[in-house]
Amino acid sequence: MYNKGLVITGIVIFVVFFTSPFLIGLVKSGPPPEPELSPKAKLAKQCVEAKEYMVESHMQMLNDWRNEAVREGKRIYVATDGKEYTVSLQNTCMDCHSNKSKFCDQCHNYAEVNPYCWECHIEPKEKL
Amino acid sequence: MERSRRSFLKILGISTLGLGTLSSVDLLAKAGMGKAEFAPDPKGMTGKRWALVVDVKKLDEDTTQKAIEACHLIHNVPDYGDEDNEEIKWIWTDKYEHAFPGTEHEYLAAEIEEKPFLLLCNHCANPPCVRVCPTQATWQREDGIVMMDQHRCIGCRYCMAACPFGARSFNWKDPRTTYFKDKEPPNPKYPTRTKGVVEKCNLCAERLAVGEMPACVEAVQDSKAIVFGDLEDPHSEVREVLHEHFAIRRKPELGTNPNVYYIV
Amino acid sequence: MLETALKGSKKYWILIGVLFGLHAMGATAFLYQLSKGLTVTGMSRDVSWGIYIAQFTFLVGVAASAVMVVLPYYLHNVKEFGKITILGEFLAVAAVNMCLMFILVDLGKPMRMLNVILHPTLNSILFWDMVVLNGYLFLNIIIGWMVLSAERKEVEPPKWVKPLIYLSIPWAVSIHTVTAFLYAGLPGRHFWLTAIMAARFLASAFAAGPALLILLCLIVRKVSKFDPGKEAIQKVANIVVYAMIISIFFVVLEIFTAFYSQIPGHMHGFVYTFVGLHGHANLVPWTWAFAVMAVLATLMLLCPPLRKNEKTLAISCLLVFFSLWIEKGITLVITGFIPNPFDTITEYVPTLPEIAITIGVWATGFLILTILYKVAVSVKEEIAS
Repeated sequence: MYNKGLVITGIVIFVVFFTSPFLIGLVKSGPPPEPELSPKAKLAKQCVEAKEYMVESHMQMLNDWRNEAVREGKRIYVATDGKEYTVSLQNTCMDCHSNKSKFCDQCHNYAEVNPYCWECHIEPKEKL
Repeated sequence: MERSRRSFLKILGISTLGLGTLSSVDLLAKAGMGKAEFAPDPKGMTGKRWALVVDVKKLDEDTTQKAIEACHLIHNVPDYGDEDNEEIKWIWTDKYEHAFPGTEHEYLAAEIEEKPFLLLCNHCANPPCVRVCPTQATWQREDGIVMMDQHRCIGCRYCMAACPFGARSFNWKDPRTTYFKDKEPPNPKYPTRTKGVVEKCNLCAERLAVGEMPACVEAVQDSKAIVFGDLEDPHSEVREVLHEHFAIRRKPELGTNPNVYYIV
Repeated sequence: MLETALKGSKKYWILIGVLFGLHAMGATAFLYQLSKGLTVTGMSRDVSWGIYIAQFTFLVGVAASAVMVVLPYYLHNVKEFGKITILGEFLAVAAVNMCLMFILVDLGKPMRMLNVILHPTLNSILFWDMVVLNGYLFLNIIIGWMVLSAERKEVEPPKWVKPLIYLSIPWAVSIHTVTAFLYAGLPGRHFWLTAIMAARFLASAFAAGPALLILLCLIVRKVSKFDPGKEAIQKVANIVVYAMIISIFFVVLEIFTAFYSQIPGHMHGFVYTFVGLHGHANLVPWTWAFAVMAVLATLMLLCPPLRKNEKTLAISCLLVFFSLWIEKGITLVITGFIPNPFDTITEYVPTLPEIAITIGVWATGFLILTILYKVAVSVKEEIAS
């Protein structure tokens, strides 16, 4: 192999760089997130759809909500259990989950995702 | 060595493409939600061609202020004043010579010359802004409203170049961190916008959807300075008013077919 | 073949360093713009497109100009152009890259740029602009690379390259026609609403692009052992002078229609750029600089001794390039917004971050051009020896 030393050093640097998020995670990660339900959410017992579905696919659902409400003008969502909801992140979802920093942000911060929804959609004021 | 390296890379490329297609098909399948459905609100107003008729004789500083404030407060429109010409306005006033440029002359009637004309998006029936939008972030609904989808807008501002009426505003800066930095947005039930997207009057589509009149119309309902209705309904208020009073539209020669009429 | 760009003289590496430095400056300014929004530019509600879009408009023309050497060589066997088609094609690649970068930095939400592909809108000229620009970019990369590497191996390029070359000829015309259509179909922007907009774009493109190509050929001859050929340069100069005459003629046609008809909407734009309108006259010095340089350049190019002398030819080409850079890259786009739909005037002055980003994009384009030209020239030098 030509330039064996340089090539192998390069490969090692690349592998370290590429796996660095996992390596850093091994050292730095804290406890898993514990999102806290607001009193209103606890009372409701069930979200718009089942918990497992919401945990896994709430972003897909919100995308569908967004398209149906804004683009198709259909602002009522009939859930799989037949209940009707107004299609609105700000006025439906956040009405129940009014504690963004203790609920939404918990998992989002842990997973290092930065949804930009709240750049426009006003989050409810939280009592600190 | 060369030949097998090339075929190795070819196979790698094709399998990556294949895997990519497979996983996206999987995702698409998951996005469905079983038996969930979407429906329009039964209270919502339906029409085929929404229009506004502005009775200019009934306009004055007070009425126009009421209309503008109603709209801008309900929609969290930031008020930057006119610094650097970066203002955002969905509805505003201007004089005749600027509302109908090219039609003014030296001997204009005094009343018309001083009137504050209410200007807004005309929700044209043949909208050039819709024609040029590359992402359909602005489109024409079946009821005639020219709508905005702030989620899709890429901020190219082609629609602003295309609009002959100057009805569109761009968010040159972020309203939340500038105008609304130390004050709450006035309507917590409606979003603000963020930097980089275009906005304009949406004929209060979100209010029409639950059976409410556009905010500006409601604000001046006592004087009926603005009348709202469906042009394709021969019994609507707008049709009655247009039948009885001569009305003009802005820049009709451009063929955009505006749906905002002015009784002068 | 790209490895030939990794070996160069000290001057080459200094040039790369300077261009990269300017690129980094532009990138930093762009990050600032991303965080604060486009308010850092001089654009406004009335003048909603500024120098980013204007420079893109000019550069599409420069990119299209490759066809001016490709067409004569491949369709009419003008042998002198054989040596420089690669220079034209690589210039097109660099220019189209600059176009795409200028569009990107102008977007309010550049992270959503894929929406144009995810939600194709066939009635939008901007959609088609995206299609034709990217198509032209890939065409020229593939054609240039294949032909050059075949030349290096001293064989014919593979058969499938020929149809692509033929396709690139009408495609070059299309990129500038579509870009002109961005402007020429907007009701209410009377300065742009002219049927000959696309024709004007093409004429000025075929003057400015080849003028730059001549300058690049002269530089290449000076810094390397590759000589594009005096005859090739002279033939391109002929193309430049005809294109300049037609360009100026087209502007005169516009001025006639505007001022003989006396229709205010038609006249206002020209009044604003040439003498100022209602006390607003920002662009007047620029417009006259364009006019004087354009006429002077054309006269110089018409004069055979001045055209044949490569020193005066270089000056003419600089004048052509800068005059058209002003006309297409500044005054045309800005004036379209003046007066605004309410018949009042808001003027436009680019800000420092805006200028920094613009310089950054140009530097990046020239960086790409330098690297590609280094490759082409190295290959040519290699096979000559």
